[in-house]
Amino acid sequence: MKILTANRLSDGIAVWYANGGWVETVDHAELARDQAAEDLLEAIGAKAYADNQVVDVNLIDADIVDGVVEPVRLREKIRAAGPTVRGDVGKQAERTAQSD
Amino acid sequence: MYRYDEFDHDFVQARVAEFSDQVERRLAGEITEDQFKPLRLMNGVYLQLHAYMLRIAVPYGTLSGKQLRMLGHIARKYDKGYGHFTTRQNIQFNWPALSDIPAILADLASVEMHAIQTSGNCIRNVTADHFAGAAADEIADPRPYAEILRQWSSVHPEFSFLPRKFKIAVTGAERDRAAIQTHDIGLHLKKNAAGELGFAVYVGGGQGRTPMVARKIRDFLPEADLLSYCTAILRVYNLNGRRDNKYKARIKILVHETGVEEITRQVEAEWQELKDAELKLPDADIRAIEAYFAPPSLADRPEGDEAVKLARLDSKGFSEWLDQNVVTHRHPDYAAVTISLKGIGEVPGDASASQMEAVADIAEKYAFDELRVSHEQNLILPHVARADLKAVYDALVDIGLATANSNLISDIIACPGLDYCALATARSIPIAQEISRRFASLERQREIGELKLKISGCINACGHHHVGHIGILGVEKKGTELYQVTLGGSADENTSVGEIIGRGFSSDEITDAIEQIVETYLGLRLDPHEKFIDAYRRVGPAPFKEALYAGEAKAA
Repeated sequence: MKILTANRLSDGIAVWYANGGWVETVDHAELARDQAAEDLLEAIGAKAYADNQVVDVNLIDADIVDGVVEPVRLREKIRAAGPTVRGDVGKQAERTAQSD
Repeated sequence: MYRYDEFDHDFVQARVAEFSDQVERRLAGEITEDQFKPLRLMNGVYLQLHAYMLRIAVPYGTLSGKQLRMLGHIARKYDKGYGHFTTRQNIQFNWPALSDIPAILADLASVEMHAIQTSGNCIRNVTADHFAGAAADEIADPRPYAEILRQWSSVHPEFSFLPRKFKIAVTGAERDRAAIQTHDIGLHLKKNAAGELGFAVYVGGGQGRTPMVARKIRDFLPEADLLSYCTAILRVYNLNGRRDNKYKARIKILVHETGVEEITRQVEAEWQELKDAELKLPDADIRAIEAYFAPPSLADRPEGDEAVKLARLDSKGFSEWLDQNVVTHRHPDYAAVTISLKGIGEVPGDASASQMEAVADIAEKYAFDELRVSHEQNLILPHVARADLKAVYDALVDIGLATANSNLISDIIACPGLDYCALATARSIPIAQEISRRFASLERQREIGELKLKISGCINACGHHHVGHIGILGVEKKGTELYQVTLGGSADENTSVGEIIGRGFSSDEITDAIEQIVETYLGLRLDPHEKFIDAYRRVGPAPFKEALYAGEAKAA
């Protein structure tokens, strides 16, 4: 399965494509389960890049773990969470702040 | 310290205005990413895993208190409260928004700093011995020459689109603390028999996927010929360096493929055309730049000896720090201090905004307002009266920066690795932290003695693993991190590239493997004075291989 990810142009923050827009967490990223869906995501990414919303657009491998989307590669897991050496920065910190 | 003249001010202001306009047009969608990327890179703006990254130049690693305080301000206001000092003596911020970068550059310009040429295929920040101007063994301060090179190389029209990036380092002492033989050009400032200043010139060193030790192409170049000779080298490289393959585009490959004799011949031939023209440095100009680097007026402070003696008796921590992080100064009443950014279990090279501000205060109060960033990712106070050392130590203890581990196994160089870097294939920082914790005991570290451990999270070798006495290279293999160990590298006047010792180790195994290597060394050294690197050079890899892999061979 694939998901679409990029970095937002204005601040560089990692984003994923979900529910028709770009969101800051991977959990509910739109999954492509076949080639046609991948092609569709790819086209969405290309358009968002051309429209100057995002940069560094990539389709990446993902699974569903405990009901939420999780990237497969360590690199993408770290992008989705933040540096493993500093829990106080990145998405993981925002998540903690929200649950507090 | 060097102070911007009118030209420098105008130049930096003009660049801030130009890049601010480019950022504005990019955000408005008037220019595409393909058009913008080379522009942002020329201004030090990268895109990393989590966000943009801004790399700020610290020319030859020299900073004032005011400048460091500004870096702290930027960390606090625009970033997440910390910055990362790099092996190019620069600083990187990991989280700036593109839309904030014009404001950051304007703040930097207000303290005579910028991010120009911290990326791209141009001449990068010229580095120098971090003890320049203070070291007891120095022939002359290398920084005036680094500054001359900075002025010459800044937006040099001929050398702004080289085949690949280009790095120059200068040292002013026999003992090389600037790793000059790992640079595209390495300059060793020295005196000839007549007592005149000049340089031994090394070319073609580098790390990355093809590590090479630089070759000496001239034993003595008069100082007046610095720019004409460097121009000759750059011209030969710019003309003949490979542009067909990014991985073969550095000058080290050209030197290797062409042969050092032929490269030397080409450079000398080019130089003959240039040496007596406008690039010849007038003595008055060199001396004028030199005057900017005039050492502070160091009053005699003979009370230092007694003060240090008493403080030693009073504090074991101070005594240990003094032995490890304080080095001899050319003035007997003074010392140069290494502020370790390698606290046990900390991220190598990281400093918080409040630490930066506090260190700036210390520099202003006790160190003539001078600071250095070392390529080993520490901060340096180059001139501290011995009588003030205890006060400096106490102030560093207060901010958690008094770890007495300079040049010991926990004084690790590590690149940001996969925790931040878009190019990385494995994490570096957690490995550094775990090794640091394993060897947390300073007593044990001192027993081991000088040991340079360097970690890179990919083959680009930003963590200098090739020249670590122990080097660790993180790679991705079958979806997991794997760490390859090299032994016997060195980045001093006897530069060598480490040898891969055998199969790699998982992240769970690597710290045990390092400990095994260290224990093997302790078991075979002739005496406690034989350093790791000397012992390795004497015995070679065999005992280490035996210790690491013998069990496997028997099992198989």
